[in-house]
Amino acid sequence: MSDMETKIEIKNLYKIFGNDPQSMLEKVRGGVTKDELNDQYNHVLGLSDINLKMPAKGLQVVMGLSGSGKSTLIRHINRLIEPTAGEVWIDGENVLAMNEKSLRHFRRNRASMVFQKFALLPHRTVMENTIYGLEINGMSESKAKKQAAHWIDRVGLTGFEENYPSQLSGGMQQRVGLARALATDADILLMDEAFSALDPLIRTDMQDILLDLQKELHKTIVFITHDLEEALRIGDQIAILRDGQVIQQGSPQQIVLKPKDDYIADFTKDINRGRVIQLKTIMKAPNDQPGPELPGEMLVEDAAQLVTESPSSQARVTNDAGEVVGVVGINDLIRAMARPDIDSRL
Amino acid sequence: MDWLTEFPELGRRDLRDFRKGIDEGFKSFTREYGENIENFFDPLLQFLIWLERLLLATPWPLFILIVAGLGWLASRNIKIVIGSAISLFLIGYLGMWEDTMSTVSIIIVCTLLCIGIGLPTGILMSRSKRAQSIITPILDVMQTIPSFVYLIPVVMLLGIGKVPGLIAVVIYALPPMIRLTNLGIRLVDREVLEAADAFGASSWQKLTQVQIPLALPNIFAGVNQTIMMSLAMVVIASMIGVTGLGQPVLKAISNQYLAMGLLNGMAIVALAIIFDRISQSYGKRLQNYRGGHDE
Ligand SMILES: Nc1ncnc2c1ncn2[C@@H]1O[C@H](COP(=O)(O)OP(=O)(O)OP(=O)(O)O)[C@@H](O)[C@H]1O
Ligand SMILES: [Mg+2]
Repeated sequence: MSDMETKIEIKNLYKIFGNDPQSMLEKVRGGVTKDELNDQYNHVLGLSDINLKMPAKGLQVVMGLSGSGKSTLIRHINRLIEPTAGEVWIDGENVLAMNEKSLRHFRRNRASMVFQKFALLPHRTVMENTIYGLEINGMSESKAKKQAAHWIDRVGLTGFEENYPSQLSGGMQQRVGLARALATDADILLMDEAFSALDPLIRTDMQDILLDLQKELHKTIVFITHDLEEALRIGDQIAILRDGQVIQQGSPQQIVLKPKDDYIADFTKDINRGRVIQLKTIMKAPNDQPGPELPGEMLVEDAAQLVTESPSSQARVTNDAGEVVGVVGINDLIRAMARPDIDSRL
Repeated sequence: MDWLTEFPELGRRDLRDFRKGIDEGFKSFTREYGENIENFFDPLLQFLIWLERLLLATPWPLFILIVAGLGWLASRNIKIVIGSAISLFLIGYLGMWEDTMSTVSIIIVCTLLCIGIGLPTGILMSRSKRAQSIITPILDVMQTIPSFVYLIPVVMLLGIGKVPGLIAVVIYALPPMIRLTNLGIRLVDREVLEAADAFGASSWQKLTQVQIPLALPNIFAGVNQTIMMSLAMVVIASMIGVTGLGQPVLKAISNQYLAMGLLNGMAIVALAIIFDRISQSYGKRLQNYRGGHDE
């Protein structure tokens, strides 16, 4: 996706928690690890030399286990956390160089956020929560309510406007969180484990809502998760974080097909690869055998279903223009879905 | 080994001089500034007198109706409304209406003062660790020092009368208002505050739209405590010239009028219960949003 325009660029970002982060910075740059810093110097390494380019209008997932620095990273984008060193560039502007006023303007108009524990205002109704960002920005109540009503409708909460958050289920509360974030019309959406607190079924629902909205809104979304399934399902780009460092970044396919190290391979081994890998990744040179014509972006799992149902034993893969550019046999499909450790034993 | 059994006291003469020094110092301060201070408090006195006259001039049925109406608005509880009305009627029937009006007016003024001083102080405390570390010990002193002790300088400065009485009551009743405001604001969920930050709220917006509304139940508990404590202080304050239900109690003590003491005491209790129920149920109603189904 190198042809894509970069919206958010993070450069050499460091965050060290503790009494004297600046003097620890040298040590970290000199190669002191997170554990050493913790044991010997009593400082916590939050982020270490992060460099990331996030595509405009894309959904960038940042994935990692608990404590890997995901929340710390996303909070640097709207500067809820001040870095120890580094830069965050958005639309050619360094967020870390903004003064208080322009930072407030930035937060009100250009980046909004959805939180893991919803962080709704408990004393306000669904409607009042949704207009919160607009109200802060000084919009008149009637105009704000009109705008908010649209988003309440989009997340499927029409009829609940006058309810308080405590009267709603978790999934519904997070819809309010989403509506509140969308209402400000900011083109960057920061989501810190926004769906992690929800039951699996509701989580999938919310992912669908998000993907649906994204199809038409084309926001730049930064989505934090610790769940690889979720990352692969929704991400255009995935960055994997461990101990405050980015250890791999790329498309879902790249992560699954070419895990950079054992740590990531371990993550990906239980993944349903058929739902990640696309036909164009595994296709071979075209032949003249028959078969259903399927687009190159189709997932292996879907293709396997279609090929099994068709009389032929292969699919013909087409590009965006509808031309046949390759073929995939039923065996290729099955092999692509197999787990790599099984693969190597064959 | 004399020095072990004999405490190394300051000499009798020195001690006397020491006390005298303080007394003289304060007296000359009083002579110098007493009048200015009195003038400073004059508007307060005028307001108190005006309010007392207003309450006394209000026809009694109207007053009972107003209290009942406020009770209904605050609590939506018919028992509280009827109870308040009956108690007030009995108080009047037993000849204590005027004293009650005096007491009510001083409680109102005192509560307003405590809110006016306590709310900003509590907010200041919640926003600065330093302010908290300075104010907390002062509040400790205010709450533990026997009230008679601070009556002395107040009386020396302002003489006997309504204003010194009012000041004594405020000193006594102010700490819970400050403490609970501070506590309420500090208890506001960090994540909600972070959300406010993330949406670009200014400090003022955070304070008025998030912190104070969410601290309101605690702030209200503070108001309630303040009212209760000023009622408790009414008898002591009557020693320095505050009119109202305290004075007959004082008279009853010195003359051993049992019934008079009891009746006026009961009237204070009745007022306390009315104020308490109304303000508490209002405080509870402020938290209605917390209830909800599940969770
Ligand atoms: N304010 C802080 N002071 C000290 N250490 C902190 C602070 N905030 C975060 N950390 C540490 O920084 C590291 C990264 O924390 P962070 O919250 O970003 O992790 P995370 O990936 O979001 O984890 P989780 O999945 O648990 O939310 C952790 O080791 C954490 O203990
Ligand atoms: Mg986190």
